[in-house]
Amino acid sequence: MKFRFAVDVMPKKEISDPQGQTVERALPSLGYPGISQVRVGKRITLEVEADSEDAARDLLERASERVLSNPVIEEFEIEAAESSGAGR
Amino acid sequence: MSSRVAVVVFPGSNCEQDAVTAIEYLGSESEYVWHLDTDLGAFDAVVLPGGFAYGDYLRTGAIAAFSPVMEAVRDFASRGGPVLGICNGFQILCESGLLPGALRRNAGLKFRCVPVNLRVETSDSLLTSEYKKGEVIEIPINHFEGNYICSSETLEQLRGEDRVAFRYCDSAGALTAESNPNGALDSIAGILNEGRNVLGMMPHPERAVDPAVGGTDGQAILRSLLKSLTSS
Repeated sequence: MKFRFAVDVMPKKEISDPQGQTVERALPSLGYPGISQVRVGKRITLEVEADSEDAARDLLERASERVLSNPVIEEFEIEAAESSGAGR
Repeated sequence: MSSRVAVVVFPGSNCEQDAVTAIEYLGSESEYVWHLDTDLGAFDAVVLPGGFAYGDYLRTGAIAAFSPVMEAVRDFASRGGPVLGICNGFQILCESGLLPGALRRNAGLKFRCVPVNLRVETSDSLLTSEYKKGEVIEIPINHFEGNYICSSETLEQLRGEDRVAFRYCDSAGALTAESNPNGALDSIAGILNEGRNVLGMMPHPERAVDPAVGGTDGQAILRSLLKSLTSS
C-alpha cells in the first residue's frame, strides 16, 4: 500500500533564521506592517510504499532524521496526507 | 618523491580546476577523483573543492555527503590522512559528520564574493602549520551559505580544543560585526576535526596562490598540506 505524507522541515526554534528575518524586515517596506515571527522552512510531500501506516511512518521518521533534515539546525514534523488524490 | 593529492569532483563541483592549478603551481601532483570512486589508496591527501555538488538540492552538501566517495574520504580521514574542504567542500564535511555544525544562508541573504581578512587561530595542524598564530591574511570568499552555526556545547569544545582554524576579522585582526561577512557564529571561517587532520573553511585559499591573480596568502594552507606529506 501507498501512504501519503508531508514532512515540514523548519529551522529549530532556538536558532536564528536568516531567511525569516530578512523576509520579516522586508514586509513593512512593501506595505505589509504588523507581521512578525516569520520563519522559513520547507514542505516535502511524498508517498511511502509499506504494509501499514505505522511501518510507513517509521521508515519516513528515519529518513527525515538522516536525510530530509539536518538535526543540527532543523526540526521536522510528519503529517499524514489524504491518501486519495481524487478531485485534485 | 612527489606527493599526490586527490581532488574530488562531484556533479556540480566548479572549483576543482582552481584546486589542481594551485597544487601544481606549488610543485605537487594532483588527480581528479570522481564521486563514484571508492578507493583513495593511491593518494596522500584529499581536497573537496567548492561548487554546488548535486545542485545543493535539499541542503548544501546534503546529497554529496551520501555519495560513494565520501565513505572512502571518511576512511581516509580516520586513518589520519589530511583532508581539506573548501567552501562547498566544508559544507559537505559538515553534512557528512566529519566536522561538527552546519552552514546556513548568509545573514541578510546576501551572496558574498569579496576578499576578506582572516585571523589565523592555530598553527597546530597539518593544514595550518605554515602560518603563524595571530597572523592576518587575505583570502577571497564566494558563497551564499557560509553562516556557521553549532550548539553551544560544540562551540565550547571547538574553543577549548583549539579547533577554530580561522576567524573573519578586520585588517588589524579585530573581530568586529562589520568584518563578519555572513553572520557566522563567533566569526568562525574554518574549523578542524578532533584529529586535526581535517580542515573545513569557507574562504578559497586556492584562489590566493598565484601573485598574478588574488595574492598569495592562501599558499601556506597548501604548503602546510604538502609539507606534512613529504615529512611523514
